[in-house]
Amino acid sequence: MKKIATGNKAVAEAVKQANPGVVAAYPITPQTEIVEQIAEFVSGGLMPSRYIAVESEHSAMAACIGASITGVRTFTATSSHGLLYMHEMTNWAAGARLPIVMANVNRSLGPGWNIWAEHTDALQERDTGWLQVYVSTVQEAYDAILMAFRIAENNNVLLPVMVNLDGFLLSHIMQPVDTVELGDFIPAIHLPHAIDPKHPAGYGTLTGPDQQFKFRWDIERSMRDSVKVIEETEKDFAKRFNRKYGFTEDYLCEDADVIVIALGTLGKEAEVAVDILRKEGIKAGSMRIRWLRPFPKLNLKGKDVVVIDRDYSFGFGGIVASEIKAKTGISLYSVIAGIGGQEVTYDDIAGFVRTRRIGEELWFGVNAHV
Amino acid sequence: MLKAAGPDTVMVVPACCTSVIQGIYPNTAFNVPVYNIAFGAAAACASGMSNAFRAAGKKTNVIVYAGDGGTLDIGIQAMSGAFERGTDFLYICYDNEAYGNTGMQRSGGTPMGAKTTTTPTGKTDAKKDIDMIIAAHDPPYMATACAAYPQDIFKKVQKALTFRGPTFIHILAPCPPGWRYPTEKSVEMGKLAVKSGMWVLYEREYGKVTIGPQSKAAMKRPLPLEEYLSPQGRFKGIEPKIVEILKQRIAKNYQRLAAEEEASA
Amino acid sequence: MFEIRIHSRGGQGGVTAARLLAMAALHDGKYATACPFYGAERRGAPIVSFVRIDDKPIKVYSQIRQPDMVVVLDTSVMDTVDVLHGLKKGGRIFINSAGKREFTGFECRNVDLTGIALRENLVVSGSPILNTPVLGALASMGIITAESGKKAIREMFSDERNVKAADAAYKEMSA
Repeated sequence: MKKIATGNKAVAEAVKQANPGVVAAYPITPQTEIVEQIAEFVSGGLMPSRYIAVESEHSAMAACIGASITGVRTFTATSSHGLLYMHEMTNWAAGARLPIVMANVNRSLGPGWNIWAEHTDALQERDTGWLQVYVSTVQEAYDAILMAFRIAENNNVLLPVMVNLDGFLLSHIMQPVDTVELGDFIPAIHLPHAIDPKHPAGYGTLTGPDQQFKFRWDIERSMRDSVKVIEETEKDFAKRFNRKYGFTEDYLCEDADVIVIALGTLGKEAEVAVDILRKEGIKAGSMRIRWLRPFPKLNLKGKDVVVIDRDYSFGFGGIVASEIKAKTGISLYSVIAGIGGQEVTYDDIAGFVRTRRIGEELWFGVNAHV
Repeated sequence: MLKAAGPDTVMVVPACCTSVIQGIYPNTAFNVPVYNIAFGAAAACASGMSNAFRAAGKKTNVIVYAGDGGTLDIGIQAMSGAFERGTDFLYICYDNEAYGNTGMQRSGGTPMGAKTTTTPTGKTDAKKDIDMIIAAHDPPYMATACAAYPQDIFKKVQKALTFRGPTFIHILAPCPPGWRYPTEKSVEMGKLAVKSGMWVLYEREYGKVTIGPQSKAAMKRPLPLEEYLSPQGRFKGIEPKIVEILKQRIAKNYQRLAAEEEASA
Repeated sequence: MFEIRIHSRGGQGGVTAARLLAMAALHDGKYATACPFYGAERRGAPIVSFVRIDDKPIKVYSQIRQPDMVVVLDTSVMDTVDVLHGLKKGGRIFINSAGKREFTGFECRNVDLTGIALRENLVVSGSPILNTPVLGALASMGIITAESGKKAIREMFSDERNVKAADAAYKEMSA
């Protein structure tokens, strides 16, 4: 059924349909609408889940861990400082191999109290063992949440999944969303290591130097195995619901001389820039990275590449640009734009492409080339 | 303690001495599942677990077993939250009055005057009264206990698990290397703590306070505090004025509890 | 793509008007997005919200700089805000006002939404509701169809007075 919804409402709707046993969350701008909506679903009897209104994000993730290990489906949502406050427990969730699904509404970090979009929050979590997907429309936010449960809970994965949506730009925009009849798209959860008093075991006990690396390797092995699971899940989703997704969303990349890469809504806006550039005779394309973990295989050979980072690693560079350089070995034009919700239009993006300087970095607005 | 709880029990343990004594992976020394969790997260983790069990219609006991650091200090926020939300669980704090795992640094539970590695000349601040903090959350049942009286612990754990909602047991756990006395004197040290009034045994059931018989006796004829302090290396060289402050605190504590007992009788 | 900027004051329902407009456009078989501009919002402070309507999926997230149309729900914001800022040459204006207004180079229409709301007793907490009758006015200007406007209103509000007010605005404008 088609309706108009905000990104936040679409996330809540998808969570309702996935029907987790436990939701534990703490409100934070601009995520608040998600937890309010879920709390309303639960108290209105529309969602049989338990909603634990915890006293902090650290406890939100700890409660999700405690719930998940009993073998129930588990969800939380956060943003920015909330995500960083969880950081200890996000590591724990992945290490404990718990298929928790989280919506993270990407927001800048203080100081400067800034509630607007930025990806640095989620990117600071990229080494925790969580799968990460970045979405660009309300529809995609809804679809990605549904797929996230199936991917996380697949016994070849058993890792938590973070669905990222841009603060305000996507969390609060109202767009059409086509909800689906879920059917058996998400199978019943079966956690093979669920806690069971009939079979006492120690979980997360003291683990020596002769063992720990094996657990870590196992996370990486599952992360690699998740590629196939993601592909299968997206394929089945397309078959059932007629909406196609992939590791990247490529727009006119095949014959392109120059490709713009970005995450989230900037990746969508870039497609408009590509149309403008094509009219000018510049063979441009756009590649929006959806899955950042596991990192996609990118074929960028022979192309000029412009990466827009709505994030930064101080003393190093744009995080997405750095990862692409490390994985592909190419040189590229790194643009830092959209920090703290800085306005970036399709005209700006077209400008980055026109005036690109491969091998250099541009801080948009500051106009400092490095 | 686990005997009192029975087999349908899950233990949640944050970083503390218990995370060490379970044995090293893949072994476990307990006959119930033990879920280890980060230092400040035990109550929140148990909160999620309890909710998930109850949602699934299971009565499984969820017991947090945490030290004074994980309860009075780094874990207090999560604990307060779990109590305020009425989580159906039992929270047991075993209190050895310092951070034992890392080699005896001061905690909020360290009494005034005690030497630790971070208070080498003796702690200048008083022990945090976590029981008063818990009482402010008005749980259906809470109690103090002492490792020197294992039967009493057994009964209190059994009793706590009959209540729905959050319950709390605070156990004083004398610690030979930390308190610096010979190991074989552990039981004696616990009893001295009760007899001197440094530790008071009592229960609070739906707000009604009942002081335990051992502490009742101690209140009538208190043992001089020095008899508790002098065998412990951590109190060696304690200043007389600190001893005086401790004595005043004992008297005040007795008064308060006696008044509460009378008022709630 | 048709881009609309709605000027109102915090609490007047400008954001809801944007949402209703997007819903109506969707019923017309079009694509639409609606979004408020998030600044330091306070009740009573001038705010803007945006609506984009197109025949194909909308990929733009940045703010509307050159709208095709400007909607002013409260003329008092015009004292402090340049509501014509960036409006495309020949662009359209709708103003909630009983008196006709002229702006050279633009097509300006008006109707007294406040009066209509008061007549229909469409008042909440002492304030006349503007976000539903405005749909009738915009339907009269051909931005959405009247049917879709009413459908959108009924999806959000069960009180038929909202539809009646929209109808009244439509008729008054079309007369």
